[in-house]
Amino acid sequence: MPIEKPGAPPSANVRTGTYLYYRHTLPVRVMHWINVIALTILLLSGLNIFSAHPALYWGKSSYTGRQPVLEITATESADGDLVGVTRIFGHEFDTTGLLGASAGPDGDPMPRAFPSWLTIPDSRWLAMARRWHLFFAWVFVINGLCYVGYSVAVRHFARDLAPSASDWRSIGRSIVEHLRFKHPSGEAAKRYNVLQKLAYLAVIFVLLPLVILMGFAMSPWLDALLPGWVDVFGGRQSARTIHFIVAWLIVAFALIHVFEVIVSGFWNHLRSMITGRYRVEVEATDETAR
Amino acid sequence: MKLHARTSRRRFLARTVGAAGALALSGCDALSRTEWFPSVLGAGEKLSQAAHHLLTPRQAMAQEFSAADLSPTFRSNGTAMPNDMRYKALAAAGFADYRLEVSGLVEQPASLSLAELRALPSRTQITRHDCVEGWSAIGKWKGARLGALLEALRPRREARYVMFYCADPMEDDGTSPYYESIDMNDAFHPQTLLAYELNDKPLPIANGAPVRLRVERQLGYKHAKYVMRIELVQSFDKIAGGKGGYWEDQGYEWYAGI
Repeated sequence: MPIEKPGAPPSANVRTGTYLYYRHTLPVRVMHWINVIALTILLLSGLNIFSAHPALYWGKSSYTGRQPVLEITATESADGDLVGVTRIFGHEFDTTGLLGASAGPDGDPMPRAFPSWLTIPDSRWLAMARRWHLFFAWVFVINGLCYVGYSVAVRHFARDLAPSASDWRSIGRSIVEHLRFKHPSGEAAKRYNVLQKLAYLAVIFVLLPLVILMGFAMSPWLDALLPGWVDVFGGRQSARTIHFIVAWLIVAFALIHVFEVIVSGFWNHLRSMITGRYRVEVEATDETAR
Repeated sequence: MKLHARTSRRRFLARTVGAAGALALSGCDALSRTEWFPSVLGAGEKLSQAAHHLLTPRQAMAQEFSAADLSPTFRSNGTAMPNDMRYKALAAAGFADYRLEVSGLVEQPASLSLAELRALPSRTQITRHDCVEGWSAIGKWKGARLGALLEALRPRREARYVMFYCADPMEDDGTSPYYESIDMNDAFHPQTLLAYELNDKPLPIANGAPVRLRVERQLGYKHAKYVMRIELVQSFDKIAGGKGGYWEDQGYEWYAGI
């Protein structure tokens, strides 16, 4: 099937004052949605795996004589109720209902790091969670390699994601516009703005590779590839901590991403990621409108 | 009016997303309970194993650590005291009557006492033990090199796996003894040991006395404790649950390098 090039000439009625612009190619759209599914399953199965030993450490091992940096446990109150306790750098928080103790699949409170609605599978089932996680890790990695290969081949990075000189100059204005929830319209909406480009680049070239690399660092077999390489990141338990933190940074990115999609025209953006076509308002100054 | 339409649309959207999410999650749980889907997911294990073996030489050494890295106490996990009369009797006598049986596809089956095991070519290593649950502990191990022992007993050409049968029953009624298996490549790896010392002391009962397997570069459940009998086999399909180990029979991966 021939792939239509983004930036193809306007295909719609000029009199309506809008036209559909071909914004996302088919491979990018397909890989985007594969990524949504894979990352969601990786997160939720990862939280189940974490629950098998709900503590994070800094160092080569878990037992170094130092306290964990994060610990999610359950204790019993004086009247026998289950209390969820989250301890970060020695500071204790009561997180009953969400972290440490929450309703199990049958509704009764039980000790569990993350609630059942945030884990795959819903019950504490390490073997099954690992199957989901280690299968979709492959889906995610293969999809990511395809994306990088495709983007290099069609110059997607250089054309759409690398900030231009004028982008760098407009960074201050773009920050102000984002804070006021104002978004580019008309012809400017066809391109990514500078903050968007930087966010995407940070996710594609920093967060996603880092979360994969820290996954590798947790594999005792891959540690033997070059003995000692894991120490560059502080050791295996540090790598596990970084893996956990980066996973939540990716969640933070996804939440901001979806928020921006909603406030800047939800259906238009959603359609452009499904059919590829993005509706552009024709501005008065635009030649086609005159 | 317009504002009302927008908020109700947002609420509709939020509810739709919430309902779709709940549906998708319960779908995942239903899939987990089928027979076929977990075996599809199992393709991940095969891919990981193939990729790992492609990337790392089979004889690549696991990282070794310095004495400064040793965990203050080496955590005991799983069985801390096997609930087995024969084992308890052996332990009470300081394992003086312990014999390690080696049988199956070897030219020369053997039965070794602890003293004979200690007389075999040994290795001492400080390595990291990584549990499937996520934690790690660093310990100093000394043990007989499994490869040297097997070499002396001359494995037959058909031998593909080394089985380890253990003294600890996994059921309360004293049944389902722990067992594990590794392939011949891992058995002959220089760091694969029948360990009898932990941190310069005889292996404690909580950590698998008198002998436990060390098969570095794989997760903790492969490192069978309380090893009583070793058998070389061509296939483990007919042994216990047929998956090559107690935890493997419960759905964990046979290849535990990840």
